Amino acid sequence: MDLKEKLVSSFLALENTVDVDSYVHDVRSEAIKTFEEKGFPSKKEEDWKYTSLNSILKEDYSVFPKQENALEFKDVKKYFIHDIDSYKIIFIDGKYSSHLSQTTHDGIDVCLMSAALNKPKYQLIIENYFNKAAEKDSLSSLNTAFSSEGAYIHIPKNKVVEKPIQILHFSTGNEAATMLQPRNLIVVDENSHVQIIERHHSLTNNPVLTNSVTEIFCNKRAIVDYYKIQNDNKYASLIDNTFIKQKRESHASVHTFAFGGKLTRNNLNFYQEGERIDSTLKGVTIIGDKQHVDHNTLVHHIEPNCESHQDYKGIFDDNSTGVFNGKVVVNKEAQKTNAFQANNNILISDKASINTKPQLEIFADDVKCSHGCTIGQLDESAMFYMRSRGIPEKEAKALLMFAFSNNVLSSVKIPELKQRITKIIANKLGVNIGFDL
Amino acid sequence: MSKYTEDDLREELKTKEYEYGFYTDIESDTFPNGLNEDIVRAISKKKEEPEWMTQWRLEAFRVWESMIEPEWANVNYKKPDFQGISYYSAPNSKPKYDSLDEVDPELLATFAKLGISIDEQKKLANVAMDVVVDSVSVATTFKKTLGEKGIIFMSISEAIKEHPELVKKYLGTVVPQKDNFYAALNSAVFSDGSFCYIPKGVRCPMELSTYFRINQAGTGQFERTLVIADEGSYVSYLEGCTAPSRDENQLHAAVVELIALDDAEIKYSTVQNWYPGNAEGKGGVFNFVTKRGLCEKNAKISWTQVETGSAVTWKYPSCVLKGDNSVGEFYSIAVTNNYQQADTGTKMIHLGKNTKSTIISKGISAGKSQNSYRGLVQINSRADNARNFSQCDSLLMGNECGAHTFPYIEAKNKTAKIEHEATTSKIGEDQIFYCNQRGIDTEKAIALIVNGFSKEVLNKLPMEFAVEAQKLLEISLEGSVG
Repeated sequence: MDLKEKLVSSFLALENTVDVDSYVHDVRSEAIKTFEEKGFPSKKEEDWKYTSLNSILKEDYSVFPKQENALEFKDVKKYFIHDIDSYKIIFIDGKYSSHLSQTTHDGIDVCLMSAALNKPKYQLIIENYFNKAAEKDSLSSLNTAFSSEGAYIHIPKNKVVEKPIQILHFSTGNEAATMLQPRNLIVVDENSHVQIIERHHSLTNNPVLTNSVTEIFCNKRAIVDYYKIQNDNKYASLIDNTFIKQKRESHASVHTFAFGGKLTRNNLNFYQEGERIDSTLKGVTIIGDKQHVDHNTLVHHIEPNCESHQDYKGIFDDNSTGVFNGKVVVNKEAQKTNAFQANNNILISDKASINTKPQLEIFADDVKCSHGCTIGQLDESAMFYMRSRGIPEKEAKALLMFAFSNNVLSSVKIPELKQRITKIIANKLGVNIGFDL
Repeated sequence: MSKYTEDDLREELKTKEYEYGFYTDIESDTFPNGLNEDIVRAISKKKEEPEWMTQWRLEAFRVWESMIEPEWANVNYKKPDFQGISYYSAPNSKPKYDSLDEVDPELLATFAKLGISIDEQKKLANVAMDVVVDSVSVATTFKKTLGEKGIIFMSISEAIKEHPELVKKYLGTVVPQKDNFYAALNSAVFSDGSFCYIPKGVRCPMELSTYFRINQAGTGQFERTLVIADEGSYVSYLEGCTAPSRDENQLHAAVVELIALDDAEIKYSTVQNWYPGNAEGKGGVFNFVTKRGLCEKNAKISWTQVETGSAVTWKYPSCVLKGDNSVGEFYSIAVTNNYQQADTGTKMIHLGKNTKSTIISKGISAGKSQNSYRGLVQINSRADNARNFSQCDSLLMGNECGAHTFPYIEAKNKTAKIEHEATTSKIGEDQIFYCNQRGIDTEKAIALIVNGFSKEVLNKLPMEFAVEAQKLLEISLEGSVG
């Protein structure tokens, strides 16, 4: 039985465990139909031209983890940004771990999707926001069909959340192969501000496939900073679908740090539904081995006077492949749009490859849109400069690569997080220097 | 239903023969509508082609039958009915008009603006004319000079007869029959086109142009061009004409193959100004062209194009940089107005070491038109030190048009250096104000700015062409200033 059939029949099993008369279940049933119709995307589709899911779909994933697995904090401490106070929502094999988490209902809601879906007091929010941003493509629909758990964050009007929220997903891999489908909903009301860090980590050598959907709603003048750290082992694959709807004068930024995993696909979509909106999409990719990272971004400018900034840097070693597919759409009404897109890549090895496709689709005349894309090498004269001053080759290379990605790092607003990422980069490059000299 | 009898069978066979086994009168000038193997054979026979050519066409036809029309381009149009077209009609020798007075005055006005001489005007508007001594003598002198240098320049049908070894060796090597839907169609039914061979070490002394080849002024619906530059030679080839041509053929599917052997250089310039349809988007030519060049060692191919006509353009002049140190260039201006749609760009395939490519594309959209750049830069794993620079600029005039860029960049070699830049903007109010202030009216100012915007590409055109192309830009955008 292939994975698609298995998923479709598993949906019937899911129906036994959830309330089938709810609004959410109508959405689920609709979604499984869409998935059944469309199936998994193939390379024949333009958006998947450079990324094939075949190698990860052939595993026999268990769709519902059977047992609850506990983890000790000391074992997973290193995956947390532990030196700052934060709210934590932790999942182990898709199940919530109350033991590791720290949630709140005090003024803001930082809790669970399962609670939000089932408790009547959240019903209004769910009906207004759930699945309202997500595209109806096959993978998002698949997630929608199975959506039952994940993070639910609701920040009411005029609140500045004083500490960041960490969302962590661990897979222990006690099952042979696991498929996880977390579903997050984040609603930030007028004038509020929140910072969120998301991370997926597999603690096993068994294959893990995560198909995650996050919907973020930024209401008027809200500020949302979202950080994704993807530094998984080489058996774990991640398909991350993020949809962000922004209202008037809101600011949203998503930083994606893709350092590992077998296959990582980031579908990042911004919809600007108001004037004077600012959207930022930044990413650093440093991979080697046979890893594959695909960034697929969309910024849809619908109203006038908005801005968007995209900046993706990639360093590719060994047999790795990188894909960047950035699309900026400017509607006819979206005059005075200012859209900027950059994608810079360095190939370290002869077997590494990069495919990039920065796309512009513009229907308004009074706009400033530009994109730039480069593929190149480390500057030899800079290397020589450092080598002649006694810096070993490896360190010199690392310094240059760090400088290359610094544009993205410098806009990370949580200092501890920035330090942590710097450390991960140093590790990745195999050097033992702190870059914050 | 009644029983199927022998009579019925006989009846059926009769009809069948009528339907499919029809006899094509190869003496007639126009073939019946539709396309099948018999038509392909008939075209080949009509052109007195050798057997290998007929087989080559049939091969292409069989591939074409199994192909489907591509839909990935960013254009919308009603698909032509391929069985509703006649695939061969002899060039009509009878002039359409007896004097210039009968010609559409609008067309004449455009000629005047472009500064085309009366004689040329007559020729272009298909007016009967006396033998223009000048024109003929020019052509004859040309032929003589070319002949002395050993340059072969003739129609491809003649070449198939006179130089079969060259045609056989190179035809379809750059654009194979099964390359794409339209290339396959062209390979099966191409009516005529140009063939050009420059011998080793010869520098062609003049710009070659179809226009100067007598009896070949009109371009066919399925044109096939093959240019071969042998080792160390140079040729500059012009295609098309700045004058608007009111071609009644809805569908044009041409194939151009360029072969630059070691150290050779080919410069191929196109000005395309076919009927774009009226202001409401009715009518107009569909232009689906496959153009590709192959560069051997140290060779260079340079494509320059000015695209202002056609209702739908689908065209990607490409370079396969096979030899080490070879160079590919692409300079393009695509102007769309009213309801025109253009999806054009290039492919640069880097296979050899130290290969270089440059892409400069300028898109200007006005009215309700859609203008797309679609390009591919591919660096293969053995193409060490490959270098590419691409720049795609779009200029939007009015808020009902669209500009799109679809660049694909694929690098598989760590020494590759690729830069891609794209911008989209409109004509600045301050620029227009500056011109107005100095007594230049808005329409002139826009022409001036558009010219400046396209200058990098216009500069690459041969001199005489560049002047005409500049005027052409002005005319194409006439009335688009709100």
